[in-house]
Amino acid sequence: MTESNLTLNFGPQHPAAHGVLRLIMELDGEVVKNLDPHIGLLHRGTEKLAEIKPYNHSIGYMDRMDYVSMMCCEHPYVLAIENLLGITPPKRAQYIRVMFDEITRLMNHLLWLGCHGLDIGAMALFLYCFREREDLYDCYEAVSGARMHATYYRPGGVYRDLPEQMPKYQANRYISEKKVKRLNYNREGSLLDFIEDFTDRFPSLVDEYETLLTDNRIWKQRTVDIGVVTPDRAKDLGFTGPMLRGSGVEWDLRRKQPYEVYEELDFLIPIGLNGDCYDRYLVRVEEMRQSNTIIQQCIQWLRDNPGPVIIDDNRYASPKRSDMKHDMESLIYHFKLFTEGYSVPKGEVYSAIEHPKGEFGVFLMSDGANKPYRMKVRPPSFSHLAAIDEMSKGHMLADVVSIIGTLDIVFGEIDR
Amino acid sequence: MEEIISSVFDFLTPQAIGVIISMIKIVIVLIGLILTVVFLVYFERKVLAYMHSRIGPNRVGPFGLLQSIADTLKLLLKEIIIPAKSDKFLFLLAPILLLVPALAAWAVVPLNPHFIIADIDAGLLYLLALTSFGVYGVILAGWASNSKYAFLGSMRAAAQMVAYEIAMGFALVGVLMAGGSLKLGVIVEAQSGGIFNWFWIPLFPLFIVYFISGIAETNRHPFDLSEGEAEIVAGFHVEYSGMGFAIFFLAEYINMALISILTSIMFLGGWESIFSGFTLFESTYLDFLTQPSIFWLLLKTLFFLFVFVWLRASFPRYRYDQLMTLGWKVLIPITIIWIGVECVMFVLEIGPWSLS
Repeated sequence: MTESNLTLNFGPQHPAAHGVLRLIMELDGEVVKNLDPHIGLLHRGTEKLAEIKPYNHSIGYMDRMDYVSMMCCEHPYVLAIENLLGITPPKRAQYIRVMFDEITRLMNHLLWLGCHGLDIGAMALFLYCFREREDLYDCYEAVSGARMHATYYRPGGVYRDLPEQMPKYQANRYISEKKVKRLNYNREGSLLDFIEDFTDRFPSLVDEYETLLTDNRIWKQRTVDIGVVTPDRAKDLGFTGPMLRGSGVEWDLRRKQPYEVYEELDFLIPIGLNGDCYDRYLVRVEEMRQSNTIIQQCIQWLRDNPGPVIIDDNRYASPKRSDMKHDMESLIYHFKLFTEGYSVPKGEVYSAIEHPKGEFGVFLMSDGANKPYRMKVRPPSFSHLAAIDEMSKGHMLADVVSIIGTLDIVFGEIDR
Repeated sequence: MEEIISSVFDFLTPQAIGVIISMIKIVIVLIGLILTVVFLVYFERKVLAYMHSRIGPNRVGPFGLLQSIADTLKLLLKEIIIPAKSDKFLFLLAPILLLVPALAAWAVVPLNPHFIIADIDAGLLYLLALTSFGVYGVILAGWASNSKYAFLGSMRAAAQMVAYEIAMGFALVGVLMAGGSLKLGVIVEAQSGGIFNWFWIPLFPLFIVYFISGIAETNRHPFDLSEGEAEIVAGFHVEYSGMGFAIFFLAEYINMALISILTSIMFLGGWESIFSGFTLFESTYLDFLTQPSIFWLLLKTLFFLFVFVWLRASFPRYRYDQLMTLGWKVLIPITIIWIGVECVMFVLEIGPWSLS
């Protein structure tokens, strides 16, 4: 018998592959010798598709980039267009965007925490996280009508103001009046009331997750010293977001290159010390707490400052429907906007935001037409995935699962 | 019962009557076990669901009680797929090799002082032998499937089983010393006289070690590495479908029940009442609560089954090498040390047992 390594095909259909990740693993016993990620199974040609569509039509495609943090993917695209056009959205729109960016961050981190837990075997956590995500989806639904792919941000603001009432549960054959009343207790007021109720509950829920994991010996054994990345190496590998901060590099675009209204908000940037899976777990959990405080500050500001949520420039924003009924100009603007869109001055721009997974950037090149000459997305997960070989070498098969979990990858943005 | 049979069938020899009685007992135990598994699957799913803040099965029958029966029917109707390059004979043999020892082990488990299929002298040894035998089914299933995932799963199962069998064996040595017999019935009798006479107090570390090894032995969460759904998909039974797959689960649940009932028999006084020795209920209508009965045994078993589900709901999964570390470097030393302590207690006559 000759001694040779075992080659194992991990994925693309695998419970821990987080979508369509395919890894070709070379194992010596259970120890990983070599690991080759294969990508491209979810390639949809988003970047190319954007080149043949007016600018506004591609916002919906951006939702489908990272389909667990939808609005955060719209944001850099919308920012890039605004930068090219040289317009600034009203302050209220900026606050709404920041609030929804943070809601999205919670959604993303809850999904990550649940799946990371599930991969390592803590199944209860997965369902607890999804319970909370449900409320956040309801926020999405209230504001845009869609639970996932919101298409809510627009160049120049957001599509519409926050609704004054929440959609409510209704009694039917299976749900009694009494239960409906209990389900609707936090839906009686406006969306802001609903979110405020959520932010009041959320810290204790995070405590609950932490009770299950943070001091759990098995959890620590599975994550401490697994997939260690030194700060220098993390920079070299192009890490961003919690992956970089977990290694102890203090880098957060919300602080370092503030966009929207992050300068006015009060929050902390958690960083790790050892750069292992456990530190990244702690960083993300703390980020959830910080996001919660940001949302609370936004709610306060939004309550005190009513106002427009999109710029008053009919070239880029649709006129009011009531105006269209009697105003010829408005009707023309509406027609122009929804058929050929708007032309963007010649130029190139790169705008990035602190997406829950890292730096999500959009590079736009305009030749002066109504659609981009070239659109390039800089997804955070792509460079994180590229490091999986380096992070997993020498670890065991079960650790690869922890590492995939800690990378927090989503294939929508890796394959695009 | 013997008299009734011998009076009706007076042409039978006493040996034949013994065989008939054993057969009847076997049928009772088998039917009981199958029903237990049906109930246990439902119980696990419901308890897990409530721990996960879900509802769980609630569509088939009242409160979803018939869900397991519906599942079994579905699995019965499914095609049994045999992978093209598998070893067909071993592939079909493996589930049987797993199920048979799981069932056979129940032969020496007493349900009350009188009801036991085979009251053999080496009951504990027989149990040790048969519970270890189950791993052959797992290894063969992984090997015969000719799949890399299944192979990894069975290799893990083999290593895991070796590590835990030893700790389990040592824990049983402690019970044997305390009970003074290999017969389970005698071990329960040795614990009679109230909750403080049960072996879980003097043998507390062995009690914990035995239960942990039991979880590892049955491949249950957090030691379900040979299945490890997130790593090796379903491990050794990844290639099985239909009833082949169901039999693995049947064996797993029967083993769970076995470990639970053995833990209650060896450490929690078996059919002894929790209240036995209490004088509070004496000469009241509650006096029956202090009497030993099968009810207590089943209650204790149910408690351990609940713990099985509870652990599954709340713990992350161990890694393969950490599991081995736990087995070899923690559990086995604990058992060895405690056996030493027990010897000292034995000589100094501390503890509930006597030298007789």
